[in-house]
Amino acid sequence: MIRILVERLIQSISILFIMSFVVYGLMGLMPGDPIDLLISADPKITSADAERLRELYGLHRPLSERYGNWLQAALGGDLGYSRLHAKPVFEVLWPALGNTIVLLGLAFCLSLVIALPAGIIAASRPYSKTDYAINFAAFAGISTPPFWLALLLIIVFAVLWGILPAGGMGTLGQGGLWENLRFLVLPVISLTIANVGGQTRYMRAAMIETLRQDYIRTARAKGLSKSRVILGHGLRNALIPVVTIIALDFGALFSGALITETIFAYPGMGRLIFDAIMGNDYNLALLALLLATLVTLLGNTLADIAYVKLDPRITDKAGPT
Amino acid sequence: MIPALVTPSGLILRRFARHHMAVGASVVLVSLIILALCAPVFEDWIGSGVDAINLLDRFASPSWSHPLGTDELGRDVFVRLLYGGRVSLFVGVTAALSAAAIGVVIGLLAGYFGGWTDKILMRFTDGVISLPLLPLLIVLAAVDPAKLGFSGGDETTMGLYRIVLIVALVGWTTVARLVRSTTLSLKQRPFVLAAHAQGAGPLRIMAVHILPNLSSPIIVATTLSAGNVILLESVLSFLGLGIQPPLPSWGNLLTNAQELIWNAPSLAFYPGVLIFLSVIALNFIGDGLQDALDPRAVRE
Repeated sequence: MIRILVERLIQSISILFIMSFVVYGLMGLMPGDPIDLLISADPKITSADAERLRELYGLHRPLSERYGNWLQAALGGDLGYSRLHAKPVFEVLWPALGNTIVLLGLAFCLSLVIALPAGIIAASRPYSKTDYAINFAAFAGISTPPFWLALLLIIVFAVLWGILPAGGMGTLGQGGLWENLRFLVLPVISLTIANVGGQTRYMRAAMIETLRQDYIRTARAKGLSKSRVILGHGLRNALIPVVTIIALDFGALFSGALITETIFAYPGMGRLIFDAIMGNDYNLALLALLLATLVTLLGNTLADIAYVKLDPRITDKAGPT
Repeated sequence: MIPALVTPSGLILRRFARHHMAVGASVVLVSLIILALCAPVFEDWIGSGVDAINLLDRFASPSWSHPLGTDELGRDVFVRLLYGGRVSLFVGVTAALSAAAIGVVIGLLAGYFGGWTDKILMRFTDGVISLPLLPLLIVLAAVDPAKLGFSGGDETTMGLYRIVLIVALVGWTTVARLVRSTTLSLKQRPFVLAAHAQGAGPLRIMAVHILPNLSSPIIVATTLSAGNVILLESVLSFLGLGIQPPLPSWGNLLTNAQELIWNAPSLAFYPGVLIFLSVIALNFIGDGLQDALDPRAVRE
């Protein structure tokens, strides 16, 4: 266990370092630089001034040197200011991260509550009408463009019926709980539909595979009821691969949040990342992307731990690959 | 009467035909492709060019001259949808194939040579898998090609190939893992050992003896990933980072639809339906192919 964790830790740290360098380099390749932004804000700047400023801020130096400087400052705790929000980046990031965790947490739980039973029901009667219906619904969920689904929800609930807000977020402390929750309903629904299909198919596949095993036949042979066999003997074994895949899907969940938050104008991490990249807010975009990577890596590590913990047959000598 | 011969490909076809959803999906997909390919024909027939702006005829309702009405600039929605389909389907297929090509090379090298090659390549693959895909794609799509030393060239076609390239750069991981694990088991088989004993070099063994045996998982994975690519392209284009207007794609047709949602909700409907139809069709075809190509999958 400890060996896996240490290995994971080393791998995660190296991925974070490489990611920070690559993203730092890519940011420099986006149109414009900080001085261009100054020029567009102040028409009196001459090209000589611009050159002098580039010199002053070290923008003419090679990429590796600039990155080195950034890294040194970052490791020392100085992560810079956000250009768009005019605040230190962490003051912008924390509330956004909180909002995203609320949104993702709700959508994640809701989709699991739907996906696990649906997958089990489909697997217990493979190739029946019920199975086909569940499969079709799952495929439909996977194949729906998430941003389009969000648009449709806005059209139906906000434009036609006018019962839910099209976007934004309630102000805390104002209005009741329901007033604040109303803003979450559509984003949570659209994010749930985006995830539930994949999870249902994982659950179904794992359950079908498990029900083929010999010990299931034994359990049936000794006269247990179908539900006892499936829930008592099958479920725990079928859950092992499902938990792993779902934890590995954390990155996808985060990507989904970016789309949902952008369309519903929900002030979370995904929207923050998008606005920061679009608005040349280098410090904020870089850090937000690294934070997103960190969350994904944490998900992967959890998947590894769950894999070992759930299945006593796996020893830590041979780590999962 | 002579009994029909059972050939391997006939068997695959017969198993595929039993998967009704997949057969229906193939019909849908083929019709979509034919419609998209025939876009110029419909353009002539309707008599309204794909970029023909007519500000006097904005937001027209469906009629004989405009089967699905017109958009905010008076352009024919139906014709733009067909041309958008050309772009979206083209990106889906080419990006999925390019990603598969990268995945095959990396998977073969890792699986065949093993040892350090395998370790380095697979760590790299794990790293790419653990990245937050969409934010990274957005950064990649925002990169200014002029700063990389590419300049000139046709802007619209550049945008097309650029999206294919960046999606391929992050989408190869599934194929790489599949190919690696199958190669690992294939390289111990007697026919590969025999080829080795006859003096065949690694390149020949990989290309002639291992690759043909990998075709089933590669075909299935590529079909499924084509659907994913179409979704990714639509998201990026929707956010304004993929295919740039006036070249239509199903994704960027929806960009304006969000702003016009209060005036013309129907504009937001059609492109999404077409994305949905082609992606779900690809998913069902992939599922059907998986059952048809896997000799172990026995179902009645």
